[in-house]
Amino acid sequence: MTTEPLLRVENLKKHFPLRGGVLGKEIGQVKAVEGVSFTVQKGETLGIVGESGCGKSTTGRMLLRLIEPTEGDVYFEGKNVTDLSKTDLRKMRRDMQMVFQDPFASLNPRHTVEKILEEPLKVHGIGSPAERKKRVRELLEIVGLSSYHAKRYPHQFSGGQRQRIGIARALMTRPKLIIADEPVSALDVSIQSQVLNLMQDLQNEFGLTYIVIAHDLGVVRHISDRVGVMYLGKMVELTTSERLYDMPLHPYTQALLSAVPIPDPTFEKDSIVLQGDIPSPSNPPSGCTFHTRCPFKMDVCEQKVPLLQEQEEGHYVACHLYSKDGQAASQNIDKPEEVKI
Amino acid sequence: MAEPAKQLEPVQHQDETLPPWKEAWRNFKKNKIAIVGLSIVTFFIIVAIFAPWIAPEGINDQKLSERLQAPSSEYWFGTDDFGRDIFSRVVHGARISLWVGFLAVVGSAVVGSTLGIIAGYYGRWVDTIISRLFDIMLAFPSILLAIAVVSILGPSLRNALIAIAIINVPNFGRLIRSKVLSVKEEEYIMAARAIGMSDFRILFSHVLPNSMTPIIVQGSLAIATAIIEAAALGFLGLGAQAPQPEWGAMLSASRSFLIQAPWTMFFPGLAIMLVVLGFNLMGDGLRDALDPKMKT
Repeated sequence: MTTEPLLRVENLKKHFPLRGGVLGKEIGQVKAVEGVSFTVQKGETLGIVGESGCGKSTTGRMLLRLIEPTEGDVYFEGKNVTDLSKTDLRKMRRDMQMVFQDPFASLNPRHTVEKILEEPLKVHGIGSPAERKKRVRELLEIVGLSSYHAKRYPHQFSGGQRQRIGIARALMTRPKLIIADEPVSALDVSIQSQVLNLMQDLQNEFGLTYIVIAHDLGVVRHISDRVGVMYLGKMVELTTSERLYDMPLHPYTQALLSAVPIPDPTFEKDSIVLQGDIPSPSNPPSGCTFHTRCPFKMDVCEQKVPLLQEQEEGHYVACHLYSKDGQAASQNIDKPEEVKI
Repeated sequence: MAEPAKQLEPVQHQDETLPPWKEAWRNFKKNKIAIVGLSIVTFFIIVAIFAPWIAPEGINDQKLSERLQAPSSEYWFGTDDFGRDIFSRVVHGARISLWVGFLAVVGSAVVGSTLGIIAGYYGRWVDTIISRLFDIMLAFPSILLAIAVVSILGPSLRNALIAIAIINVPNFGRLIRSKVLSVKEEEYIMAARAIGMSDFRILFSHVLPNSMTPIIVQGSLAIATAIIEAAALGFLGLGAQAPQPEWGAMLSASRSFLIQAPWTMFFPGLAIMLVVLGFNLMGDGLRDALDPKMKT
């Protein structure tokens, strides 16, 4: 693709300081996100999956600078978001919006739906009061609610309806990119597909670009064009949705996919069960962070950090099974005599 | 799949469409004890407003021939050692006490909340400095601190008011700081930042309204304590000065003839007790009404 992507993320890092002792001295760091890079093309949906604590939500929040990145750059339409002043950043947020995980917590309980939806327009000084009210009603209809819902309070809605309000709020300023952080994980399964379909309809209608963060592989598959898999603050595999589900390369992705339940009682699957727990991000393992749980571990995995490399066209993977180092190492195992000093 | 969503019915009934404060009032009305408290408070407020019309005599009208008269149809609460009508003085005293209580609490609530919000929202060293300041103030018994403040400023009703306001600042400050600490982590605050709101606007439109409930409750309870503290300072001669009909000062003046004329002590004391009781009952009711989660 030759055109400039809508969003380009380069080597994004977030280290949270660990404080302790009487004076609150820094005694360590939690490496929540450790060098994540990816691009998002206009109009596509990028899914980011990973188990809890892998840094996917932190990544999403850093894109909007709701959490300040420790290192790395985020380019939105060619402009570096990490360099923007506070004022410019606020203006930029008109084009990048966020849908939150918990529809019960992300709406101010003291404001009516109308006030909640109107707020983004007020903040950015868009439209007259009458125009704003009109747009609130319009958007309520678009997300499948009714305009008479505007006078109500969030607690009077169900979870699915609240998430629709959250989506409507994100759409108010006609943004180009929407980051959805676990948009359906707090909802009942029966409501999940409704909300996901709504998101897809809106994407077609308004030409939106999505980054969908989720831990549910089914949700991500349903909605994403491309999927990135994260493990312990790093992107380990990134490819198109079909290819990831048909032919996962990274052992972690393979294990994740084999854990997806299949609705067929006669199907006998041999799922890969990972041993041990996810290591602590304050003290990540050396080399490949997955080596402590990987069924295909080699010696090189403990020493060298695998880079995210293009294995096939558009299919990136960070694993020594496919890297030059790894292949050299596996040959060395066969012929250890040939190693010279 | 998207179509059936359009027929989604509202989950609750129409009559539930109440703004939060109306819902709170509905809860409050159900609580009989709270209504008793509110009635007492309202009664005293009315007495205070219409004091000059209610009181049969002026506060400083002395009739030396009628000194220390027992309560009668002419002098409902009796007379004091200068022959002044105690009923008139107690009625006028309501003005002073309510006014002092109210002003002191508003002052400490405004200062305390501002400091508390700043400490809670910005955190770090700002929080450390403000919180330690509160700790230092709370380390002293409050009435002792008030006495210290008044002795620096000089004894008068105005200075007593200032002293009471100062000693109540840390109570409000700590209360709202802890509330802000929890409110600022709410996802709707993050959402407000995500839509591009400035910190200042978030503070006033999201953090403050959601942190107000404990302030209202604490405020109504603090008026009661402030009235007692004002009376205590008046009793010690550090608050209201001699001819002013402040309840605490009247109690103090009645000490010398407690045995011969107990009514000189009884009625101002009763007034203090009633008004404090009223504010306490009302405050408890407010707390239950504004935070229904705490009850069950």
